[in-house]
Amino acid sequence: MKLNSDTDAVIEFQDLRREFRMGSEVVRALDGVTFTIRRGEYWAVMGTSGSGKSTLLNVLGCLDRPTSGLYRLAGHDVSDLDDDELSELRSRALGFIFQSFHLIPQLTVLENIEVPLLYRGDDFPGGHDRAIALAERVGLGHRLKHRPSELSGGQQQRVAIARALMNDPAVLLADEATGNLDSATAKEILALFDSLNSEGKTIVLVTHDREVGRRAEKILHLKDGRVVEIENVRAAAAG
Amino acid sequence: MLGISLLGTFKLGVRSLLQHKLRAALTMLGVLFGVSSVVAMLAIGEGASFEAQEQIRQLGSTNIILRSVKPSDDRRSSNQSQRVTNYGLTDDDLDRILETLPSVKRVVPIRDLRQEVRVQHRMINPRILATLPSYLEVTGRILSSGRFLCEQDHMEATNVCVLSGEAAQVLFPFDDPLAGIVKIGSEYFRVVGTLVPRTTTIAPTGTSDLVGEVFLPLRTARRWFGQITTKIRPGSRESELVELHEILAQVGTLDSVEPTAEATREVLKRFHPKSDYEVIVPLELLIRARETQRIFNIVLGAIAGISLLVGGIGIMNVMLATVTERTKEIGVRRALGAKKRHIIGQFLVETVVLSASGGILGVLLGILIPTLVEEWTDLKTIVAPTFPMLALGISVLVGVVFGLYPAWKAAELNPVEALRHE
Repeated sequence: MKLNSDTDAVIEFQDLRREFRMGSEVVRALDGVTFTIRRGEYWAVMGTSGSGKSTLLNVLGCLDRPTSGLYRLAGHDVSDLDDDELSELRSRALGFIFQSFHLIPQLTVLENIEVPLLYRGDDFPGGHDRAIALAERVGLGHRLKHRPSELSGGQQQRVAIARALMNDPAVLLADEATGNLDSATAKEILALFDSLNSEGKTIVLVTHDREVGRRAEKILHLKDGRVVEIENVRAAAAG
Repeated sequence: MLGISLLGTFKLGVRSLLQHKLRAALTMLGVLFGVSSVVAMLAIGEGASFEAQEQIRQLGSTNIILRSVKPSDDRRSSNQSQRVTNYGLTDDDLDRILETLPSVKRVVPIRDLRQEVRVQHRMINPRILATLPSYLEVTGRILSSGRFLCEQDHMEATNVCVLSGEAAQVLFPFDDPLAGIVKIGSEYFRVVGTLVPRTTTIAPTGTSDLVGEVFLPLRTARRWFGQITTKIRPGSRESELVELHEILAQVGTLDSVEPTAEATREVLKRFHPKSDYEVIVPLELLIRARETQRIFNIVLGAIAGISLLVGGIGIMNVMLATVTERTKEIGVRRALGAKKRHIIGQFLVETVVLSASGGILGVLLGILIPTLVEEWTDLKTIVAPTFPMLALGISVLVGVVFGLYPAWKAAELNPVEALRHE
């Protein structure tokens, strides 16, 4: 059954709800969210804390399941999938970038970039070379054998980005990716996102920083679990 | 394995453990001691059982040993003026046993003599056994050179003797003992053969200080040394009249050993009201030795088991702490696409690496312990090649059993909460 004829759609949310039980009270973290992200788009998700941003990111990232509504990611109806299939989908379709980098401390730069290879479920013969190429792509070709603790914050985030790109995912999910970086480094990282997007990578960036949000094409404004506005940044700039 | 390269997971496990070297080492100790005690226990147990069986084999498991024992009530009440105590087994007993007990195939009489044995200035005090040619076959002892006593020696009461290896070594340190002449008491004997020394024996009491054995034909011994043995001690002089010190009765089959021993006791009882003899059944000794061995093994096994259990609990404890510590890493791995079974595999491999390393070191220690035991005590130990394998298997099993719960706990963590964990 094809619900949407839009073949370019990578992410489709239709009337998506996520409710939590807090004792007798039901908290609606997401209360009927609908939007569609097409291939190659660059989106930012903005909202104050408690707006449902984190929940949206968790559902987007297939780490959490919606209570009701439809979520299609790269053609898969996520609500039908079991834990293993969700893991598989995360491995193939998503690349995570976290606020505090979350590199694995006991592994070297190269090994960190290669971690997603472990979980693909198949062989990736060119994996090692691809990891080296990605390290060079993010400007860390000379630091392959270093441990995360020997790198600066910006460098660690570059490693994390390379790691997220490892399995060539449909979507890059960045959660406050510049939140722990100084403004100069943050600019470099954002420039890297821009260049990845210009190469065709779909990016979803969660942020509370208006300036960061403005780098995207579209900003999804969330409030109390509802979409307040989908702001078309580039159209506005052009207009 | 689990869809991930085993080698990669293994290397990762080693790396994670190396992050906390002291912790890993301490955790290993538990398994190490458990495994080493398993190996040591098996080696000592195997050695003891080998030794026991060897001993029984040398005594002859189908043999029954009858031995004259000086009755305790005879010490004082005997005719003091005569100063000759008369007790023990007789030639008549020998005939009686052979006639009344059809299951007895052969009987061998033995008389013990107390004489000094000399070759020029070299002198020993051996156990001198006056016996028949069939002694060799019944006891299963092995000639190392020459021949044993023969029928002719006995019939003609010739002055020949056979030396045990120890006796030959002392009396003829440089020469071939064969055709050598030894002086026993005041008589001269020609050496016709030597025996391979036996490693174990159940020696009659009071003979432990004697060096080696010398065998004479029974008739020759009676001809030169009579029936009375005299022990001279400071301040006393004790003479004994004992016809035979020992009778070896060989039984046809293993099954008839027990009933025959019982029947022998019955037959002798009638003629020996003073109970001046004892019946030794090597087979009974074997059974008793095995029973002792079994209890010993159970005790050691329990110690090893408890040690492994404690080691396993230690591992589980550390792994639970590790899982908590690395909650965030688990969340990240899950976000990057790790399935539950990947997480289980990762932590299980880590636990097994820990326990198997303990196991390998334990095997080394477990091999060292029996070596030291053998060095410092008389115990014999045998490390069969299966023991290290078994011990390693056990240590891996401990790792899997005690690693399963922490690994499962790690896998069941909610990825969202794991990522948020600080």
